Amino acid sequence: MQITFKLYASLGDYLPAGARENTVRIKVDSGISLNRLMDQYQVPREMAHLVLVNGIYQPPEDRDSALLNDGDAVAIWPPVAGG
Amino acid sequence: MAWTKKILRVNLTDGTCVPEPLNMQWAAEYLGQRGLATRYLVEEVDPRCDALSPENKMIMATGPLTGTMASTGGRYSVITKSPLTGAVACSNSGGFIGAELKNAGWDMIIFEGKSAEPVYLFIENERAELLPAGDLWGKSVWEADEMIHKKHQDPQIRIAAVGRSAESGCLYAAIINDLHRAAGRSGVGTVMASKNLKAVAVRGTRGVGNIKDPARFMQATTEQKKVLADNAVTGQGLPTYGTQVLMNVINELGALPTRNMREVQFEGAHKISGEAMHEPRKSDGKANLTTNAGCFACTIACGRISTVDRGHFSVENKPEYWGNSGGLEYEAAWAMGTDTGVDDLDAVTYVNFLCNEDGIDPITFGATVAAAMELYKDGAITKQDTGGVELEFGSAKALVWAAEVTCKGEGFGKILGLGSKRMCEKYGRPELSMTVKGQEFPAYDPRGIQGMGLTYATSNRGACHLRSYTVSSEVLGIPEKTDPLVTEGKAGLVKAFQDATAAVDSSGLCIFTTFAWSLENIAPQIDAACEGDWTPERLLEAGERIWNLERDFNMNAGLTAADDNLPRRLLEEPANTGPAEGKVSGLPEMLPEYYNLRGWTNDGKVTSELRSRFNLPG
Repeated sequence: MQITFKLYASLGDYLPAGARENTVRIKVDSGISLNRLMDQYQVPREMAHLVLVNGIYQPPEDRDSALLNDGDAVAIWPPVAGG
Repeated sequence: MAWTKKILRVNLTDGTCVPEPLNMQWAAEYLGQRGLATRYLVEEVDPRCDALSPENKMIMATGPLTGTMASTGGRYSVITKSPLTGAVACSNSGGFIGAELKNAGWDMIIFEGKSAEPVYLFIENERAELLPAGDLWGKSVWEADEMIHKKHQDPQIRIAAVGRSAESGCLYAAIINDLHRAAGRSGVGTVMASKNLKAVAVRGTRGVGNIKDPARFMQATTEQKKVLADNAVTGQGLPTYGTQVLMNVINELGALPTRNMREVQFEGAHKISGEAMHEPRKSDGKANLTTNAGCFACTIACGRISTVDRGHFSVENKPEYWGNSGGLEYEAAWAMGTDTGVDDLDAVTYVNFLCNEDGIDPITFGATVAAAMELYKDGAITKQDTGGVELEFGSAKALVWAAEVTCKGEGFGKILGLGSKRMCEKYGRPELSMTVKGQEFPAYDPRGIQGMGLTYATSNRGACHLRSYTVSSEVLGIPEKTDPLVTEGKAGLVKAFQDATAAVDSSGLCIFTTFAWSLENIAPQIDAACEGDWTPERLLEAGERIWNLERDFNMNAGLTAADDNLPRRLLEEPANTGPAEGKVSGLPEMLPEYYNLRGWTNDGKVTSELRSRFNLPG
């Protein structure tokens, strides 16, 4: 299945080739979890502070059990803030 | 002690500068800066006065930790009655002039009356005098800054000034200090210009030596600097990406108000984001962002220093804008970019330079241009009004033109200088003004971040994110994550943020420390510096006292519970995309609970019981 994968701020370094505007479309195994996705792209789990799937926050305790669906958009940030 | 216990009263009508002792009973109740200056304002200014009349006063106030070695201890605030909202105005700024004022030996300056001719105030330690500013009038902030430095032959003078926008009556003129830091919101610069006061120039060399327990203060501030350095947000995130990192975050959440809040996601967000500011330009290989920058004593350094591409249409024949200057913060980039539909990073950066050069609030300016673009789209504003300019959403050229005419107060810039409320009323479409109490919204849509709807509606200075930044909890998970899409629990969250923020804003510290610090981290620093026992509980109590005092001022100024409201668009037009799709703001569910938690009457008034508990005047 295909998902949209977005890594922002300092996590942008972990994006695979072909990414534009911090975003890339990738093929992943059907039913992959968030943590497995992050491991696959060597995104340090401890740096994945804000994790959104289709804009909805995914708490750390759900990142093994929540499985991705075809067409999902995953966006991840390290600890950041603004105002 | 930390307070110098001395204030400067400047009577502009009489041309006098007179020192007087600080009211230490009020300092014990209101701490400093925002709270303490508001106490003076309430005592001395009729809340129903015309904000631009000599009867209004303007107070520049430091906090007890301003000028000390505490991290971020460089803040000052400007407190007055706002010409934009008719409510209390309190605009907080960093840079260096606040610390300089404290080092000159002053806790605050109260300006009263109106000078017959343009003047500027020059302070050198205990010496204070009003000097003629006829040659500075009509100049931008940047020109006036350079002229004053040359006149006194002292590059270390710190200067706060108003620009041509304030002189021409723009109702959201800012006071700019240190070239690109701003007491930005609610038109405090307009009040300053109405008094014929062009600038405040300060040189202070006395130091801040009156710390209650210097050894304990040094230990406390050192420990807390380590907390900031070790925290991933204040130690790495903010210095590297600044506040602008939020552009993509809030867009992804579906809470990025777009094209005058008609939509909640912007297709061009990435192009004007913090990440984009790091990307090399095609033309010269340089990134928009040159470096980060810090204010006095700051160990976070979130400030942005940027350049505009020299070949960009906005500056191609203007070499004076080719150098480094104050770059985009999130709110400015949102208002002048997303809210106008403009995704041209160079154009938005250039317009940000103009806001600093001539002193206008980029949030209100951008949101007013956005409202004008919607009026243009609907045919209420035509090319006849704009002198032929096509004021279309997404037009970088229109944005640049709008900034240039507003900063100089020329032509249609006079209309834009009214702010969106008065402008939309003038064109018969008041519902298109995205304001509360006449002040424009910042960059978080209350349909996608529900707590912010209550924050905006109840903010004592009109729509503002910095009165209770529940985004911290609802989006960023600080101090703990809450769901942005629900209203449950948000009344308590907003009240807690409002009270704590009022205390921090009265201390001399920057609110951005609270991404790592709580009042538990701040209280030991204040307690080591100031006489009296300052605990987190006492700070919170002071914060609640300040909130009620500001509320009282507003109610006495003629505001009512009906002003604790949001524009119809946010209450009736659902978000059209993203996680909040189908949702409107749940303000009506939150507001009664909020009043109840505050202990106010059903019509939002401060009760006699609260007045007695907090020893409020009147």
